[in-house]
Amino acid sequence: MNKLRSAAGLEQLRNRIMSQRDPERTCVVTSVGTCGLARGAAGVAQAIATELNKDGLKGTVDFRTTGCHGFCDIEPVVVIYPKRIVYCHVTTADVPQIISETVAKGKVIKRLLYTNPATGRKIVREQNIPFYGKQYRLLTDSIRFVDPHNIEDYIALGGYTALCKVLFDMHPEEVLDEISKSGLRGRGGAGFPTFRKWEAARNAPSCDGVRYIICNADEGDPGAYMDRSLLEGNPHSVIEGMIIGARTIGSHHGYVYVRNEYPLAVDNLGIALEQARQYGFLGKDILGSGFDFDVKISRGGGAFICGESTALMASLEGRIGEPRPKHIHTALKGLYDRPTNLNNVETWANVPLIINRGANWYSKIGTEGSKGTKIFSLVGKVNNTGLVEVPMGITLKEMVYDIGGGIPDGRKLKAIQTGGPSGGCIPESLIDLPVDFDKLTEAGSMMGSGGMIVMDEDNCMVDMARYFVKFLTEESCGKCVPCREGLDRMLDILTDITEGRGKPEDIELLEELGDVIKEASLCGLGGTAPNPVLSTIRYFHTF
Amino acid sequence: MEIDLKKVDVIVDQYGCNRDSLISILQDIQAGYHYLPEEVIRQVARRLDLPLIQVYGVATFFKAFSLKPRGKHLVHVCLGTACHVRGAPAVLDEVKRQLGVETGDTTKDMKFTLETVNCLGACALGPIVVVDGNYQGKMRPGKVKGVFKQYRGAIEGKQA
Ligand SMILES: Cc1cc2nc3c(=O)[nH]c(=O)nc-3n(C[C@H](O)[C@H](O)[C@H](O)COP(=O)(O)O)c2cc1C
Ligand code: FES
Ligand code: FES
Repeated sequence: MNKLRSAAGLEQLRNRIMSQRDPERTCVVTSVGTCGLARGAAGVAQAIATELNKDGLKGTVDFRTTGCHGFCDIEPVVVIYPKRIVYCHVTTADVPQIISETVAKGKVIKRLLYTNPATGRKIVREQNIPFYGKQYRLLTDSIRFVDPHNIEDYIALGGYTALCKVLFDMHPEEVLDEISKSGLRGRGGAGFPTFRKWEAARNAPSCDGVRYIICNADEGDPGAYMDRSLLEGNPHSVIEGMIIGARTIGSHHGYVYVRNEYPLAVDNLGIALEQARQYGFLGKDILGSGFDFDVKISRGGGAFICGESTALMASLEGRIGEPRPKHIHTALKGLYDRPTNLNNVETWANVPLIINRGANWYSKIGTEGSKGTKIFSLVGKVNNTGLVEVPMGITLKEMVYDIGGGIPDGRKLKAIQTGGPSGGCIPESLIDLPVDFDKLTEAGSMMGSGGMIVMDEDNCMVDMARYFVKFLTEESCGKCVPCREGLDRMLDILTDITEGRGKPEDIELLEELGDVIKEASLCGLGGTAPNPVLSTIRYFHTF
Repeated sequence: MEIDLKKVDVIVDQYGCNRDSLISILQDIQAGYHYLPEEVIRQVARRLDLPLIQVYGVATFFKAFSLKPRGKHLVHVCLGTACHVRGAPAVLDEVKRQLGVETGDTTKDMKFTLETVNCLGACALGPIVVVDGNYQGKMRPGKVKGVFKQYRGAIEGKQA
């Protein structure tokens, strides 16, 4: 493949790809993301490839392996297009029958279909599964159509056209304006308006003109995995967002800081970056526009604190991942003391979408203060576990019951933990709460990266609070006293309570400690660490 | 295991001697030895022209690195939130019992090292146990024995 040299070149390439594809042709798709692989999807994919060869179907049937489709609980999944017949929990033994009956003759195999637990009925087509019903899969839907190892799949969906628009038809100020009007807020946790960060990094003075762009793929929140899924399944959407950001800010060097616990994400991203370079979307003189930008992968080492911006940058520089006080923002002095813009994976993935379809369209989705969709990982004690993408403002009830299919074994819902270790537990009584940045904060929790962990009557709330405090005690870098000593003390008290040595005055002491830790800690880890305890006291002190 | 510093050099060269790749370099080296031998740390410091204390500091700060030799098979039990609420602590206890080691330790025969992680990104299938990169989802204490039987058998079978 020769490097593309212009917008017209990309257009021609897309036309060529489209002319070789027939949407009516049978295509077998199987997802081989981390969750699928954990259930044997690699073997299933291998068996399908072999079987398609053997039957002489080769050349008449397409086959594609993709990232995770979202409904992790029914993996391994095989979908047959164009009818979108979906089979779940597929094993290698099922493959010959799938090929000979469904692929060759269009016959549906009943035993492999999804059974709706509410009605006991079998469901044939993917789109009719209730799990997908209330979702709005802006960022995640394309994963079904993209083999992450094949950049042409992404181009076929209109990939990199937003980049073309930005490079050839828009002034960086116009891009900023568009991102501003869209209302996009960062998906990494705090919900900071994206355009304000970009603007600060663009306008900050740099001693030698160097500016950096970083994608935060550390995803340290235990229980959340949307960033992994995007990087594994549709890495080019993240890369395209980063190039657009770089061009807007005036950066020529980008990094993706990705945790090492995600080996497949590292691999798929590496392949995607290499292909983007080959096609001329990265490197020197991108698409003949004169703009240079490239991206490097940097792997983390399994420290939660390295998701925090200053600690992340320290570790990128090859130092210990310790945070520093943030009186000077990283937008002004970040990596190697140069202006640096850090955004979360999901934030970057939203960017091409906004440029392509316009801020006007985007800002109609969601709530007043939180625009667009958010991907949640709906896990724990809920029937349908998986990744869920919904418009902001959907209620917890819709999440847990309509999408999640309720609580297993007819048990009672007790609470929903959101926001990871910086968040809190929302009690069953607030089930009608709309989910957006502000509403969750008002309820004493947080959006965080989108973990939504459902707990039933068997889960002990004090145990949960203790779990998070223990996690954070272990993950605190130890640099500042309030966080180091304060959390340790909190853990002692909570351990006493869970082991039956609690005293009535403990609650007051926990609240006092919590307030001090929040106020006096050096970085955001300590600054939010008491949240799970404080929210538990707020809602569950009578338990 | 024999330490071959030339292999270290090859990896460092792949990353172009860049300090911003220190963690990645250490990860790649560790993938070969399962831990970071002292000579390796010294060589990386020399090649990247970094103070030894900085490389040593990074190698001890991050959970992913070990300065102690580790077993042939790495066992990871996820203790992330989603796995926790579905009973991961009981699974961990059973794994400890089966292997006869505490978290962070290696069995005497150097076959297994047991470690915990905080989320592997496959939360929907929790609790999760990973042996040598193979994920085992929906674990229950009662299923643990089977996991290792399979591994023990495979190893013994090969050696026989
Ligand atoms: C202790 C701590 C851990 C964090 N971990 C992550 C993380 O894993 N991923 C992430 O994107 N942001 C994380 N953040 C937030 C980042 O510091 C930063 O705000 C975010 O990446 C900015 O991107 P956004 O504006 O797109 O949200 C963490 C913050 C703190 C204080
Ligand atoms: S040690 Fe990190 S906030 Fe104090
Ligand atoms: S919590 Fe165990 S895989 Fe995420």
